[in-house]
Amino acid sequence: MENKEIKLELRNISKHFGGVYANKNVNLNLYKGEILSILGENGSGKTTLMNVLSGIYTPDEGEIYINSKLAHIHSPKDAFEYGIGMVHQHFKLVDTFTAIENIILGLKEKSSLKEALDKASTIALKYGFKIDLKKKIHNMSVSEKQTVEIIKVLYREVDILVLDEPTAVLTPQEIEKLFNIIRKMREDNKSIIIITHKLNEVMSISDRVSILRKGEYIGTLTTKDTNERELTNYMVGNKVDLKLERLKLAATKPTLEIRNLNVLKDDGTQAIKDLNFFLRGGQILGVAGIAGCGQKELCEAIVGLRKYKGDITHFGESIVGYTPERIKEIGIRMSFIPEDRLGLGLAPNLSIVDNLLLKSYKQSKGIFVDRKSARQEALEIMERYNVSAESIDAPVKNLSGGNIQKILLGREIGTDPNVIITAYPVRGLDINSSYMIYDILNEEKAKNTAILFIGEDLDVLLTFCDKIMVLCEGRNMGIVHTKETTKEEIGLMMTGAKNLLEMYPEKHYGFASDSLIDNNKEEVHE
Amino acid sequence: MLVPFLKETISMAITYLFGSTGETVIEKGGNLNLGIPGIMCLGALGGVLGVNTYITIFSVENIMGWLLILFAIFGSFIFAALGGLIYAVLTVSLQSNQNVTGLALTTFGVGLMKFIGSNINQDNLTTASRSISKLFNQSFYEKLGWFGEIFLSHGILVYLAIIIAILTTIFLSKTRKGLFLRSIGESPQTADAQGLNVSLYKYLAILIGSGIAGLGGLYYVMDRSGGTTFVEASIEAFGWMAVALVIFSMWKPGIGIIGSLLFGGLYILPSFLSISNVQIKLFDMLPYVVTILVLIITSVINSKNSQPPASLGVNYYREER
Repeated sequence: MENKEIKLELRNISKHFGGVYANKNVNLNLYKGEILSILGENGSGKTTLMNVLSGIYTPDEGEIYINSKLAHIHSPKDAFEYGIGMVHQHFKLVDTFTAIENIILGLKEKSSLKEALDKASTIALKYGFKIDLKKKIHNMSVSEKQTVEIIKVLYREVDILVLDEPTAVLTPQEIEKLFNIIRKMREDNKSIIIITHKLNEVMSISDRVSILRKGEYIGTLTTKDTNERELTNYMVGNKVDLKLERLKLAATKPTLEIRNLNVLKDDGTQAIKDLNFFLRGGQILGVAGIAGCGQKELCEAIVGLRKYKGDITHFGESIVGYTPERIKEIGIRMSFIPEDRLGLGLAPNLSIVDNLLLKSYKQSKGIFVDRKSARQEALEIMERYNVSAESIDAPVKNLSGGNIQKILLGREIGTDPNVIITAYPVRGLDINSSYMIYDILNEEKAKNTAILFIGEDLDVLLTFCDKIMVLCEGRNMGIVHTKETTKEEIGLMMTGAKNLLEMYPEKHYGFASDSLIDNNKEEVHE
Repeated sequence: MLVPFLKETISMAITYLFGSTGETVIEKGGNLNLGIPGIMCLGALGGVLGVNTYITIFSVENIMGWLLILFAIFGSFIFAALGGLIYAVLTVSLQSNQNVTGLALTTFGVGLMKFIGSNINQDNLTTASRSISKLFNQSFYEKLGWFGEIFLSHGILVYLAIIIAILTTIFLSKTRKGLFLRSIGESPQTADAQGLNVSLYKYLAILIGSGIAGLGGLYYVMDRSGGTTFVEASIEAFGWMAVALVIFSMWKPGIGIIGSLLFGGLYILPSFLSISNVQIKLFDMLPYVVTILVLIITSVINSKNSQPPASLGVNYYREER
């Protein structure tokens, strides 16, 4: 960079929660008119650091300099006054308000709503956002919500913009659009910090990249002088094997077959429409799709938590109308990781042992719980999956995401299922933990378990799964072998631009040739 | 028959209306204050003490109506707001559980009113009440026939309650500050990230809302019941009705005006019918039944506009992880 004027400087920032340091002596420079990536595994303190910058957290130690002057940031309001705006990973929007109402929240100026609308529209026009500012947030798609978040920050005329994992919920096409907008901001001489743990994005968008590891500052590299391999090594510390394994196993009879599945969302709208697919033992079927296009409802329907219309058969036996309990008994397990990891899988305030008991209480005899065997199991899971926790009696909410996930999977898999339904099992996990989860799933696959893997990282889906089913607004856009497809094709299918079912109706996508339901169905695609 | 019934309906409704308008303001800021019955009792106590102070300073003879009312409203508002302050300190600053705090406050308010109230001269209150419970001259509204009788025969607090309810509606739906307050009830994280002072808004909403609710207690004692049944008054029960009315009105004080008339009408209806004491109890249940019906209907419709504030009852702490 020729024009190296320092806009922002963080010096020796430390922040701890309880006894754990989230940030330890972090130093960071940001130049005017540059895009800086902050790279780090989950739990490496990226978000904490940015929350310190935006006034959500008060640092325990350290100083922030803006334009070479010491800045005192004690609240988000102060941060705005210094021209710092943050787009949070979990959007901070009021659902029941319109876009423009969200944009003017907290603003002192006396301008009317009309003037605010004009100003926001001008910003939208300038950066090429297409958005209806009078639309209520709860009627918006994820990418629209993100647009509102960005306009909200730009409206306040910030010159330091922090984006926390902005691409997590977007399609490849939407990501490209966002990156173009970010580049446009750079042309306006704004300084942008983008937090991510996706290496390809770091390489494509940023000028420089700063790396955090376990809360500590590792260093800053110029993007064009580095490569993904080097970044990974800095990020993880020790070399990790980045190769995902795809086990090749002989096909078995279909374990789970799903026909004409129709599921409704909570609000009564269609979540899953006329879906056909099947799972085989020893195979992983990936599901790709934009967030919220029916994945959650699909999982819940299969495990009996949600009403549906259609047929679900397990080794040819219909399980329609089975209670979740009965479904568990026949060996179908779900590990579902929604955004709120702790919501559905584990009880946050209970200890590891108690959470294991939630599953196994039925096996114990008498009126008292069998704590002893649960403790044993907890220790086994902790050892087997390398869980780091204070103790097995500590509330699970104190554990990091990766450790929580390991316990959840450990508990579910411990019962030897023959179908695993897993959604976003590695969401928010660091690379090491993610690979451990993939390994666990591969181990299960080797035991001829049928696995439905709902994922968001297309690279992972493409290397890890045997086949990928693409959903768009709850409809099946086609099922492709991972060997025979590309990321672009899947991206097009995710947005509905390409529909294999319509293109090749003769292929009977989603019907197994050796179906156990009826064998007279002609099958071409397998 | 109909004219006195409607007149009484309005008269009864106002007790609920003050309470529910106040509670709506508080709930829009995200705090579920179950201390409203206690706060209304504190409002009654404060109002009575205000009246008593006036009488001590001036005299029972030749009461200056407007000054007496100012004393009463001032005392009532301050006492109720102090009750709100206890609640605000505990829930906003100290992050204690809102339901537990509210219930404790109700017990406290009821007890304090009965304890202090039993030493107050009832005769003075009855006399003072005559200056509070009529805004217009009897000769004036009687000339207007049934209209005057139904709508103009009340005390100033009746009109004040309606004005406050309407102003609150406008404040919440039309003003910038009202939008900010609602954002805090919906998502304090968002409001905070936008630079709003969440605690300040919550404190103000709780203090002002409590003050408004407290006027309901004052109104019941000094106007509706003519200063007679102070200590025995069932203000606590009316307070719970006010909390139910907030749900009934779907957090809209404008609808609260209509809802309070319905609740009020149902409450006084038995006294216009010749029925037994047991049947009266059945009528007492009706407002709750209606509220439950509204809850059922709104959950079935599941419209975002009829739902409680999304963060109602949840304390906000910025550095929560």
